[in-house]
Amino acid sequence: MSAENTTGRSALTPFTIVAGIIVIIGLILTGLRFMGGLGAVTNLDNNNPWGIWISFDLLCGVALAAGGYTTTAACYLFGIKRYHSAVRPALITAFLGYALVVFALHYDLGRPLRLPYPIFVSQGTSSLLFEVGLCVFIYLSVLFVEFTPIAFEWLGMKKLRNIVHGWTIPLTVMGVVLSTMHQSSLGALYLIAPNKLHPLWYSTYLPLFFFISSMFAGMSMVLFESSLAHKNFHHLMDETHKAESEGVALGFAKACSWIMMGYIGIKFLGIALENKWAWLGTGYGMWFLVELVGFVLMPAISYAIGYRDRNFGLIKITALWTVLGIVLNRFNVSQVAFNWKLPAAERYFPSMAEIGISIFVVTIGILAYRFIVTRMPVFYEHPDYKGEH
Amino acid sequence: MNRRKFLGLVGATAAVAAAGTSAHAAGNTHFTGHPEANAVLFDATECIGCRKCEDACNKVNELPKPDKPFDDLTVLDTKRRTTEKIYTVVNKYENSKNPNLPVFRKNQCNHCQEPACASACFVKAFKKTPEGAVVYDESLCVGCRYCMIACPWSIPAYEYDEPLTPRVMKCTMCHPRILEGKLPGCVEICPKEALKFGKRDELIKFARNRIEAYPDRYLDHIYGENEMGGTNWLYISGVPFGELGLEEGLGVTSAPELTSGALAAVPVVTGLWPVLLTGLYAIHKTREKIEKKEKDDAVSAALTKAASEAEAKLSSELEKADVANKRKIEVEVKKAVEEALLPKDDDDAPEEEA
Ligand code: SF4
Ligand code: SF4
Ligand code: SF4
Repeated sequence: MSAENTTGRSALTPFTIVAGIIVIIGLILTGLRFMGGLGAVTNLDNNNPWGIWISFDLLCGVALAAGGYTTTAACYLFGIKRYHSAVRPALITAFLGYALVVFALHYDLGRPLRLPYPIFVSQGTSSLLFEVGLCVFIYLSVLFVEFTPIAFEWLGMKKLRNIVHGWTIPLTVMGVVLSTMHQSSLGALYLIAPNKLHPLWYSTYLPLFFFISSMFAGMSMVLFESSLAHKNFHHLMDETHKAESEGVALGFAKACSWIMMGYIGIKFLGIALENKWAWLGTGYGMWFLVELVGFVLMPAISYAIGYRDRNFGLIKITALWTVLGIVLNRFNVSQVAFNWKLPAAERYFPSMAEIGISIFVVTIGILAYRFIVTRMPVFYEHPDYKGEH
Repeated sequence: MNRRKFLGLVGATAAVAAAGTSAHAAGNTHFTGHPEANAVLFDATECIGCRKCEDACNKVNELPKPDKPFDDLTVLDTKRRTTEKIYTVVNKYENSKNPNLPVFRKNQCNHCQEPACASACFVKAFKKTPEGAVVYDESLCVGCRYCMIACPWSIPAYEYDEPLTPRVMKCTMCHPRILEGKLPGCVEICPKEALKFGKRDELIKFARNRIEAYPDRYLDHIYGENEMGGTNWLYISGVPFGELGLEEGLGVTSAPELTSGALAAVPVVTGLWPVLLTGLYAIHKTREKIEKKEKDDAVSAALTKAASEAEAKLSSELEKADVANKRKIEVEVKKAVEEALLPKDDDDAPEEEA
């Protein structure tokens, strides 16, 4: 399919070299982690048990993989057929996203081999983490099933493909249900620590905030990823995909803009109901406004302008902007505003090795993504199944 | 998978979720602790910061030897927290009432009545025992460290340097010793009786009496009576508890209550969403169907119209054709008649006709 695969050119492009180096470093760090324990590679300590492997790999990873349920729901449940060409790239991103979340969790857990324990050995049902784990586990399976038709088409396994294809609607419904639950539960994880999370970020609405922000996070990630894909995999895209992608961009931009406005509304509603206005005058208040105005309100406006003017360049930039905003929000909840009462010396900052592992995980994701989209019918319809949706 | 099967599956998920909420303590009943539970009362006005409790704790729990011996009191100059090797620490604080006399406070797990750590643990590795202690089962722990996030007093510590079998470590309230009828190591050794062991109810009564008997000596508050739903380690003090490094403003809401709302939403979501979404999908499908039907109807109407129009045209054409035909026939007949009537002797005539 792709030029890189068929022309037999040297595999040593700058991309593969960089990726190769990252993978090698990642493997070394992996060795250090599992031979020396968490203490050997991380800056975690007893006051700061969760570092960037939770903040970035888990919280951001899950939020940014939300494009899977938003796109499939828009296309299949709300009947917006013109989003159809966005479904497969979004599904791939979501599937890889969740797979990587689970992969990365193996680094963070003290006893990774016991990962199945909460589901199969001892169910701590009072824990929100149990809910997150159960939902992510089932949803990853759902995503896997949703992904298989793509692989079956590639492998030419028609029968299986058609069977699974028939499950589209139930799978989509399950996807939305499971996503609602675990996206919000990730926020709800912090409900248990009211004295550790700064009042501006702590709110009984945390689950709602996480859920709503996951919607525009997911859609923005689909837009951002599609702009990258158009740059790198344009030759793979069929006419439908190219023709539809503008409509997808406009539709998502508009939807994001609205949802983000609503999000800001309920954020302030939270401040008002819990009467936390005074906190806005503090340093943390400034930072809170940077997050909310600079990374939600402004991109929301920018999306609206991009939609009105059909300015695709602006929409693409806004997508990246929004994605960064989500990352900022998840880091704020889990790191910056967490343990805010601790003196500076006892606060956490990630070690190089922790950052390295996170980069390694992302790189594996990009490599897997390239492998799939350059071989399987993601950006184009498989000729055998044209218009079959 | 047909729809029925699918809804069954969703139902099963909902059931799991619902079972989850009914199993945890924060239902709509108010949990007031196990009646027979033991507790320890710490009296900050008695503690002299001798670190003997630390020493005893180290011995009874067979913890690693500390860097500096327990009789070295200089360690009190820096603030310390509990670690994976130290279940309890005594810290020195300035005395706002009497600047010449520092105050000391022993820190360890507070053995909450409704522990945040237990409520947070997704494998139930923590358990509140009827005897009062909150105990940890390392054979279940996955090492997620959510318990450490959850504990309001940041008590649990972790064996970060243990590659294969790291554990969460914290004071056990000497649960094994209690079961044997012995006192907790720290309580037993305390030379000043700053630590008092007993039934929680009785200790609260005792503490209240003491506060009443010495109103100048104590603040009118038993820390731990209601904090975060109440704890089995209680404190009385002459200086505000915040000055002793005890978090103030924690509220009386227990950890399970803080999260019960979010957990209660699970059955709602699992119950409501599929119905709603399937409904949405059905509406949209019906709309699609109606639209399709309307389109089909319009097409067939147009077709019928076109057909009838064509028919009408045809028949009128036919009629017209008929008329024309008739006329043609008439003309022909006329011609023939005329021909027949023509004089036969005219020889040129047939040639002309040809
Ligand atoms: S003080 Fe912390 S560790 Fe101890 S029982 Fe309470 S929540 Fe658990
Ligand atoms: S670290 Fe262990 S004890 Fe703590 S919450 Fe996780 S599984 Fe439970
Ligand atoms: S109760 Fe036992 S484990 Fe807890 S601090 Fe006292 S001696 Fe240590």
